Amino acid sequence: MYRKRLLTWLLATLVLTMVLAACGSAPPAQAPTSEPPAAQATTPPSTEATMAPPAETPTEAPTEAPAATGRGAGDVLRILYWQAPTILNTHLAVGTKDWDASRLILEPLASIGPDGKLVAELVTEIPTVENGGIAEDLTSITWKLRDDIKWSDGSDLTAADVVFTYEYCADETTACTTASAFDGIASVEAVDDYTVKITWEAPNANSYKTFTSNSGRIIQKAQFESCIGAAASTDAACQAANLAPIGTGPYKLVDFRVGDTVLYDINEFYRDPDKPFFQRVEIKGGGDAPSAARAVFQTGETDWAWNLQVEAAVLQQLINQGGQGVLVPYNTANVERILINFTNVDPELGEERGQLSQPHPFLTDLAVRQALALSIDRRAISEQLYGPTGFPTCSLLWYEPFASGPDDFFGDCEQDIDAANALLDEAGWELGADGVRVKDGIRLSVIFQTSVNSLRQKTQELIKANWEAIGVETELKSVDAGVFFGSDVGNPDNIGHFFADIQMYTTGASEPDPTSHLCQWVSEQASQSENEWRGQNNMRWQNAEYDALCAELRAETDPDRQVEIALAMDALISSDVSMIPLVARPRVAGASNALRGYNPSGWDSELWDVANWYKE
Amino acid sequence: MGPKQVVHMGRYIIRRILFAIPTLLGISLVIFAVLALAPGDPLAQFAADPSVPPEVREQIRVSLGLNDPWYIRYFKWLGALMRGDWGFSFAARVPVIELIGQRLPQTLQVIGLAYIISICLAIPIGIISAVKPYSAFDNIATTFAFIGFSVPTFFTGLLLILIFSVNLRWLPFIYNSTLEVTDWNSFWQQVKQMIMPVTVLALYQTGTLTRFVRASMMENLPMDYTRTARAKGLNERNVILWHVLRNSMIPVATLIALGVPTIFTGAIVTEQIFRINGIGELLIRSIQNSDTPVVMAITFIFAVLVVSFNLIVDVLYGVLDPRIRYE
Repeated sequence: MYRKRLLTWLLATLVLTMVLAACGSAPPAQAPTSEPPAAQATTPPSTEATMAPPAETPTEAPTEAPAATGRGAGDVLRILYWQAPTILNTHLAVGTKDWDASRLILEPLASIGPDGKLVAELVTEIPTVENGGIAEDLTSITWKLRDDIKWSDGSDLTAADVVFTYEYCADETTACTTASAFDGIASVEAVDDYTVKITWEAPNANSYKTFTSNSGRIIQKAQFESCIGAAASTDAACQAANLAPIGTGPYKLVDFRVGDTVLYDINEFYRDPDKPFFQRVEIKGGGDAPSAARAVFQTGETDWAWNLQVEAAVLQQLINQGGQGVLVPYNTANVERILINFTNVDPELGEERGQLSQPHPFLTDLAVRQALALSIDRRAISEQLYGPTGFPTCSLLWYEPFASGPDDFFGDCEQDIDAANALLDEAGWELGADGVRVKDGIRLSVIFQTSVNSLRQKTQELIKANWEAIGVETELKSVDAGVFFGSDVGNPDNIGHFFADIQMYTTGASEPDPTSHLCQWVSEQASQSENEWRGQNNMRWQNAEYDALCAELRAETDPDRQVEIALAMDALISSDVSMIPLVARPRVAGASNALRGYNPSGWDSELWDVANWYKE
Repeated sequence: MGPKQVVHMGRYIIRRILFAIPTLLGISLVIFAVLALAPGDPLAQFAADPSVPPEVREQIRVSLGLNDPWYIRYFKWLGALMRGDWGFSFAARVPVIELIGQRLPQTLQVIGLAYIISICLAIPIGIISAVKPYSAFDNIATTFAFIGFSVPTFFTGLLLILIFSVNLRWLPFIYNSTLEVTDWNSFWQQVKQMIMPVTVLALYQTGTLTRFVRASMMENLPMDYTRTARAKGLNERNVILWHVLRNSMIPVATLIALGVPTIFTGAIVTEQIFRINGIGELLIRSIQNSDTPVVMAITFIFAVLVVSFNLIVDVLYGVLDPRIRYE
């Protein structure tokens, strides 16, 4: 009997040891040969140190390609996306991952670099008013195509393909995701084989919005000719084309397992004879962000990992223990922000819930909004939760050319509980026996909603503690991301209905021109039952001054004046506290120590310059 | 089985199939309703992206037919299904059946192999455990069985990754679905990438199955017929393998057959952890992205498999146990 017990116990101990061995902070067992110490020395030592202006720090200038590189000199480039690409025709994409996976194949006329400047891809030069490419009155823009660009099937790229791309998405029934990039166009015509002229319906200050970056990828007329309209999704030939588009990019498709892996080979017709460096590229999808971080930093199974949204502490630990890769943060205009509801969403109002006719009982009081903003400790949120993946900001426009960085503003919005309390006292909100402020029988009690995401829930907790310190009762609510960001009319929990007092999420301008982003919050865009809760101003903020500034911004053609107006709008958001910017969120990728040449852009696809990537 | 028996069985099968039709219709209706009532949007990822404004997303919803009332969408779906059309995926714009076809091989390979391994392990282990209860072997087997079915696969999966991928660096934890087995080297790579997921799944299934085999054997060992067989002078080996085992296998066979449909639907958690492009992974992604046609197809195929394997099991009973009659 004893012996049997002993055996069982031995076994149990064995298993326990295994568990402990795995969980305990194991030494960074290095693969025997993979890591010459020299490689580590050349990489940025710590991500925190590189954070301040994070844009291009970890990379070398993409142009200085070393002598050792050349077309096909490298073997395989392995890229890991924790969301798997499902379609390669960007115009029907359902997520950023599709835009990125197709960037190796489909190209826009011009990409947008990390500095917000255009980089010519399929054109000889970037049109400007000075070189005559843009009409003086801003009613048209003329792009001159390079005459040496070939599709990966060997045929020539001509103006007809560009015109066709417009026609494809201009048809509403094609239902292009990128449709808004083709708005406001009166006509797109091929002046000759290599000249395309876009004529706008009205003078357009944002001339570069069409045929650039993610939304402007050119598709081949010959391949998609019969795919305009509903056929784009239903016709068998079009379905096949959507998964295997012919492109002008550095790579062409070899194999695409939908929702899993994309394999690429060099496009032998690519315009630069020395590029790309890697013979093959493999984009693997699936899994989750923490394990993607593990694959690039710890096991070195991949060369590039996309969007490592991992809690700061975990991420730092993986990087320190692993030693196989470095963190690559790069700026985007994305800001995690708090939005304040200006209407009453009390369920008892029934049909009138959230309508403009029902002002919010206490969030319409500027003092309350100011106090809410003043009491938040952005620094703690950013440092404790976001680490290298975020920094505190007081402004939505903290980036060039509006500011040199978030530090420009900091100090404007340091936490100040005393000042917040004083503001509320002054406004007549008196602290009740239960620690909640009351005025005329109205309690300062808010429902604060956001999407399910551990980072957001922890942020909510910190803010709740801040607000309760000034006597604002806070009830937290979290909604599944698919529901929170979903847009169907019958969904009361999405950001459009905003049936809560406060909500929080990330958004930001997707193009260097901030107009379309800032003008989302004009009064007439208020989301109401009349527009099926699809107005983009989901705070239902009404501010005539802001509306006027937006109109002025839309009409303004002088770039310097545009910056001034945009800054005035941003200042108005801050002073009227319709939104509270919290954390500016760079996107964070991971790269293996040996990978070089990358220069990810927040205005374009992360993989926009993959032709320049190489390994040492 | 006499000819009369065969006729009876034939009738029984036809009756069961007729019953299955309303069952399946009911199941599909319920699933569709649940999916339709749960709010969601195939383009939710672009919700906060100003380059994809709400009007554009609305236009896409219209083009996908998502704005019709759910019962109309259901009958459209059912009508198309009658014609053999499963619809196309919103995320990939390809026929759903193609997507499933792409993923079936990986699922069968990994999950099916794990299932076969667990059957091959569980039956002998269960028999030995039952024949020598409370021996050292039985104790070890029992301990492993309990660990197997009480530790969730996401835990064992991560544990194996930490030990064998991160610390020892022996095995990859990113499954390469495009690997083609052409020579010994690539075959070895394929084996290496399958070891961890197969182990995780096999551990879990073996645990459950072992306990079942053991219990069933224990039940039959003290039976009168066993004593008779021994009294006839048969050696112990024949008694166990020919008499006790055959009778004990009846409930075990049921369990095994009923488990077969789950092979086809994949293992959601394990496939996610190891990034295997199986059907389970497809199902969970499609649910998250409100890709209704894909979810409907997978769940409906699963329902069909469950119903048909139930029938198969019932028929199998009659073959295994002559006492059962279909009248």
